[in-house]
Amino acid sequence: MNAHPILAALRRHKAGVILIALQIALTLAIVCNAIFIIGQRIDRVNRPTGIDEANLFVVSQQWVGTPESGAPGAVDTIDSLVRADLDTLRRLPGVESVAPVNSVPLFGSSHVNGITLTPDQKNSTLSATIYEGDDKLMSTLGVQLIAGRAFTAADVLRMDFHDDTLPPSVIVSQAAAEKLFPNQSAIGKTIYSDSKPTTIVGEVKLLESSMAESFAKDSDYYTIIEPVRQVGDNSRYVVKTRPGQQAAAMAATRDALFAANPQRVIDSERGILSFAQIRYAAYRADRGMAILMAVVCLIMLCVTAAGIVGLTSFWVGQRHRQIGVRRALGARKSDILHYFQIENLMIAGGGVVVGVVLAVGLNLWLMSQYEMPRMPVMYVLIGMVALLALGQAAVFVPARRASRVSPIEATRAA
Amino acid sequence: MFSYYLELALRSLKRSPGLTLLMVLAIGFGVSASMTTYSVFRAVSGDPIPWKSSQLFVPQIDMWGPDGRSADGEPPNALDYVDAVALMRDHRAKLQSASYRIAPPVQVPGSRRHPISVSGHAVYSEFFPMLDVPFQYGSGWAVDADTNQAAVVVISGKLNQEMFDGKNSVGKTLDIHGKDYQVVGVLAKWDPQPRFYDVVDTGGFDTNSDDVFIPFTRAIAVNLSNAGNTSCNSNPAEPGFVGMQRSTCTWIEYMAELDSAAAVQKYRDYLNGYALAQKNAGRFNWSPNNRLRDVPAFLDSQHVVPSDTKVSLMVALGLLIVCLVNTVGLLLAKFLRRSSEIGVRRALGAPQAAIYAQFLTEAGIVGLAGGVVGLVFTGVGVFSVGLVLPKDIAALAHVNFSLLLLTLVIAVVSAVLAGLYPTFRASRVQPAWQLKSN
Repeated sequence: MNAHPILAALRRHKAGVILIALQIALTLAIVCNAIFIIGQRIDRVNRPTGIDEANLFVVSQQWVGTPESGAPGAVDTIDSLVRADLDTLRRLPGVESVAPVNSVPLFGSSHVNGITLTPDQKNSTLSATIYEGDDKLMSTLGVQLIAGRAFTAADVLRMDFHDDTLPPSVIVSQAAAEKLFPNQSAIGKTIYSDSKPTTIVGEVKLLESSMAESFAKDSDYYTIIEPVRQVGDNSRYVVKTRPGQQAAAMAATRDALFAANPQRVIDSERGILSFAQIRYAAYRADRGMAILMAVVCLIMLCVTAAGIVGLTSFWVGQRHRQIGVRRALGARKSDILHYFQIENLMIAGGGVVVGVVLAVGLNLWLMSQYEMPRMPVMYVLIGMVALLALGQAAVFVPARRASRVSPIEATRAA
Repeated sequence: MFSYYLELALRSLKRSPGLTLLMVLAIGFGVSASMTTYSVFRAVSGDPIPWKSSQLFVPQIDMWGPDGRSADGEPPNALDYVDAVALMRDHRAKLQSASYRIAPPVQVPGSRRHPISVSGHAVYSEFFPMLDVPFQYGSGWAVDADTNQAAVVVISGKLNQEMFDGKNSVGKTLDIHGKDYQVVGVLAKWDPQPRFYDVVDTGGFDTNSDDVFIPFTRAIAVNLSNAGNTSCNSNPAEPGFVGMQRSTCTWIEYMAELDSAAAVQKYRDYLNGYALAQKNAGRFNWSPNNRLRDVPAFLDSQHVVPSDTKVSLMVALGLLIVCLVNTVGLLLAKFLRRSSEIGVRRALGAPQAAIYAQFLTEAGIVGLAGGVVGLVFTGVGVFSVGLVLPKDIAALAHVNFSLLLLTLVIAVVSAVLAGLYPTFRASRVQPAWQLKSN
């Protein structure tokens, strides 16, 4: 089909053409970026924690009436309470293993230390999230040891909550090991925190930090496990149950702990959380943002499609007589249909070209204002195809109506 | 004349119900998406203490030096114990208070209930008058309670309800962290958001209420350790809470009331002098790098408004613009379809102004209808936002009269704006041409 008559007709109603093209351009720009945001959030939510999440729950509680932190004998007294709690939890029906811990991935509360390679290095090589727990921690969390050895009971120290000194041996994540000692084994190497040394005895495959906020992929996995049973005003335990017995074990936990020692506070909302609940809460903002963006995209695409239907219907109505004339001169129904389809393709094509520029511009602006990475070209391409398809789908109904205009219209007055 | 245009508009809108519905829905969706995200934005970017925020200042001192600064040279956003106490001792502002977050277990003495964990702050006596904290019963404590490390407590109305059934509990005793404290005041409802006196621990927003306030000096004396964030540039040399107090770890918030520009300048000079004195004493070996921002500037510097909120608002405004472009197109189609009617009116003597009045009325009515639909969608939107966004932020978004009014106004104004170009085109219809072609 010759494009010339279409272009000539388009020139007759510039305003409508420009409006549809503008609408398509804006829609493309916003939808591309919104879908990019959704994609990022989905990526983030799907990041692995490195632990065996099923069948885990976390108990956080606070002691009442225990000696002040730092007071003589406080560490001994509280440590015996912690060990009693571990026993109580281990004896609950369905419980497979229990470990004390300061935090778990996605939990939010974190302890971060700067790590250096020499005692007098000024800027730290990396900031690592520190997990503290006993020799049962790794097996309870289900993290995978890939080199060196796991902790034994003999490695485990008791340490005051405020005490930041490093124990003599630590286990690091693979990400941290590679950052600290690229292309060599980290096992047996010495690292420093605040000029104090410790030796790496093991390496685990994957262990995410406890803060889910960052977009950064690598630093999120810089983690170190210390064989330390923390002693302070609070204690936290991670419990692994046998499959299918988590709910029952969680329900029994509060009463069992209070029966063993009533001098404590367990928050009714956040005291006992399954890992699924922790994950849900950690990614609530990301899920919310993704849903919001999806709703806005959907509305925008519907409005744009409806706008195309509306304006094309108007044009069809306006050109009834001309369509009749063309039909009378021998144009087939499919010619009329194709006319409107090609017309829409031209307008949408123009809109999409402008839209790509706007989309990239919007992405650059978001990058400069907020922590947003560069949008891959894929998103723009998908957006282009989607909007051209949307235009074709929207134009089909009025175009078909146009194709059904009878040749007799040619004889009627406009 | 207006009622005539109204009638014409209604008749015209009824003639093409599909197109009308489309425009009304487009405006309704566009406006409600913008208003829903705006309600969240408004909630998180609000001034928590508008009558006084420009007189309340947050001092920042650089106790970490060049290594500890952020990329833009900012000193830590909180104070360490040494500097906070020094500033309190010098007492150079009209009112001031250091504070830190505590989370002690609380129990009514003699009751057999399990103790509960509450969140609160250790503060100085000037905290209450400085922040205009409202009291239901009693008041804050006197200055000598600060010096004497007195076992007194101010509790929230909520805790008063739980512990004392909401009765006046001033003079009663509460077991906090294993010690007895005398209640001196009960707060009326007080939940400022953003939580401007503790951005460091809350990030700005907090669903927990602050239920207990005890004297700072007392909390330190009984080793009630910090329940908020602690940031350390280097690890404390000594263990325990005492080691924390001697370290340069930052965990204390500080606020000062300064009434005039002269007072602000004087305080700035004082901070400079303090940092220089620390340098001369050998504690800092770098030049002073202080900050003294009022509450709005401090909230801004801490990026209290989440970037997600800003991006959502912008995307929603983008949707509104797309909806308006859409409405311009549809109105254009609608108005020009009636070229012959316009031709007749013009031929009968109607001036262009009359055409403007008629069609802008029609656009306004579409806008009003869109606004009414938008009201419903905004209500649904704000409710749904509560289901999907983080609780601390979603809890703040609410529908109120000003939001509803704004929804209607924006709908009508944007529809009339959208109607301007189509009306301009309609007013230029040549009567002779239209009459001839018919």
